[in-house]
This record gives sequence, structure tokens and C-alpha cells, in this order.
Amino acid sequence: MKLAITSKGNKLDSQFDLRFGRTAWFCVYDRELDTTQFVLNENYDSKMGAGNKTAELVANLGVKQVISGDFGPKAKTLLEKLDIKMIVINEEKSSVQDILNKLKN
Amino acid sequence: MKIAVASGKGGTGKTTVSVTLYYFLNHFYNFKVQLVDCDVEEPNDAIFFSDAIKINERKVFQLIPKIDQEKCTFCRKCAEWCEFNAISIVKNLEFADVNNDLCHSCGACKIACDYGAIKEYEQLLGVISLYNTGIGNGLTEGKLQIGSAMQTSLIKQVKNSIVSSDEIIILDAPPGTSCPVVETVSDADFVILVSEPTPFGLYDLKLMVDLLIELKKPFGVIINKAGIGNNDLFNYLHSNNIEILGNIPFSREFAAIYATGEILKKIPEEFENTYRIIAEKLLAKTGML
Repeated sequence: MKLAITSKGNKLDSQFDLRFGRTAWFCVYDRELDTTQFVLNENYDSKMGAGNKTAELVANLGVKQVISGDFGPKAKTLLEKLDIKMIVINEEKSSVQDILNKLKN
Repeated sequence: MKIAVASGKGGTGKTTVSVTLYYFLNHFYNFKVQLVDCDVEEPNDAIFFSDAIKINERKVFQLIPKIDQEKCTFCRKCAEWCEFNAISIVKNLEFADVNNDLCHSCGACKIACDYGAIKEYEQLLGVISLYNTGIGNGLTEGKLQIGSAMQTSLIKQVKNSIVSSDEIIILDAPPGTSCPVVETVSDADFVILVSEPTPFGLYDLKLMVDLLIELKKPFGVIINKAGIGNNDLFNYLHSNNIEILGNIPFSREFAAIYATGEILKKIPEEFENTYRIIAEKLLAKTGML
């Protein structure tokens, strides 16, 4: 099962991004293989519909769960239709690695 | 002759000026004027004509695409063509979806689809009403369907519904400087900007001035509620050589009349003189006098 974490950069020590639709990167974590991969979110500076497009992106990555600080209404609607679980955490100061560590323990 | 009334900031007096000029140009200068309420999210011009009779009401629609899951190959071409990020396609899940709120009804997706999988259906956009106000060519009003974000499409249809005439059309614009305002002023021959001498009034007026310069539209400014705030607005207008069409003094008495909706029935004398000067300047500027 693949899970995505919103991230401000493309490294494990990058800061967690509280935004979903306008996050610059996703850290995609494969629980079975225990591998991570960073994917650029090209929708981060879209004029409109960033949340909608970003939800489509994570679905196309085969992600089943997303961890972020918040989800906008359009993203939420589409992620629900796609049966992708939204997990909200408010850990602005955490790095992606910190969140991965908590998931693994 | 199309004259748009805009402001940037809300609550500066666009509707008061639009309604009053509409009345004055008919009543004192014998023009057949039509008033058009383009503030489709909250139209309120009609409130000031208590005797008005609605003579026509028409629903208007926008076309929204629907994707036929049987014919769709999930190739994503439509999603790539969509400028508004309204279409989501996930091939592995055989998922195709349109977000109606993001769709601008441009029709590109339907042209993009090579498999005939996209059909369009009508979604209610709003209502266009025509009122006989007993004044000139009456009042046309657009009212957006609650929940719709397609103000611009409705304003376009409201403007298209007006029978072109040689007489004067006053377009009462929505507040702000975004797409609905651009649409309202886009084919105006002259724009009246209504401002107030407050920091907010000035800030938003500057945005509006920049917009009109970019659109190459002739314009002038009416200062409403003169006497409140400070001199920054006057200094800005003078140093940028922007014409002041008139100063309407702040009046508590007038605010009370406005609240009853009777601004055309009890026009204070000082206002009458001010509006006559504004009307004459406007007619001279637009070559109607």
C-alpha cells in the first residue's frame, strides 16, 4: 500500500507541508517495499483547481492514503470519490523523516 | 453609448450613482436610458424602484460536460486540454470526473475527445429579469444561481440580452477588480469610478485605475461621501491628472433615505446640483451633449 506525505522539498529532512493542493512535493512511501520516492506536484502554482488536480495526481500514483495539514473542499470531494484516505496532522515543524519514523513505530 | 459604473472597493456608492444618473439623464436631459445591474451575486438596483413591474424573466444556462464511462478510454486528453483543471482522469481506476464548479463551459474537452465520450448538458446559471420602472428603457437585472461561481458568464449573457440602441446604457458593475468587473467594463465607452476618501477607497481605486489604463478605457472619478477620511484620495487624483467628475458630500440624512430605498423620491437639493454637474460633464465627455 502506498501512502503520500506533503513535503516542502524533495529530501527526507525536508519540512512537512501543511497544504495539500499547493504542496511542492509528495514523499510517496511504499509500506510493503519500505521505499520512498519524491514526486513533484506541478499543480502547486495553478491559477485554479490545484486541489482537484493534485488529488488526481496522487490517485494516478496509486496512493491510498495521504498525510497533510489540510485538504480544501474540492480536493476533499475528489479524494472521497477516489476512496483515498485523508489523514490530517498538525505538525508544522516535523520533517518528512519524523513522520515516517512515527508511521514505522 | 455604454457607461459602466465601477469602484474597486464595495460600498462606495456604485448603485446610488447608477440609479441616480439613470433617473437624471431620463428626467432632466430626455435621454432614453437603460439601467443594467451587472452585480449578479447581489443585484439590488431594483430595490430603488418600488413601483417597477417585472415584464420578463428568463432562465439562462451554462453547458457542463459529462463523460460517458462506456466510451471513455481514460486517455487524459480532455483533462490536459482543460485550462481550468476541472477534469480528473485516473486510468487504473477507470475513473473520469468533472468538477462543475471549476468548469467554465468553454467546450474544449468535447473537441479534444476522439471517442465521442463527452456530452454536454445544461446547468442553471441564473435568471435575467427586465423591469418596467416607468423610467426610460427600464432595468435589466442578472441574478446568479446560488452556489455558482460563473458570474462572468452570466454578465456576458445579461449584456447580450440588451437590445442595442443609440441611447444610453448604464452598467452597474460588481465590486472588486476581477473577471466579473473586467467583463462589465470591457465594452463600455466610458467608465465612472466611484470612490470614497478613505484608505480602503483609495487602495482599491488605484487597482481599478491600473486596470482601466491597461484596458485603454476613458474614465473619470466621482468622490462619494466627501468629507470623511482624509485628503490622500484627492492628492492621488491631482498628482495623476485624473478627472474628478464630482464630489458628493457625506450626508447622514441621505444615508437614512437610502436605507428606506427612496433615494429617487427625496433627492436633497445639494445632491441635485451635484448630479446635474456630473451628468453634464459626462454627456460632454461622451459627446452626447
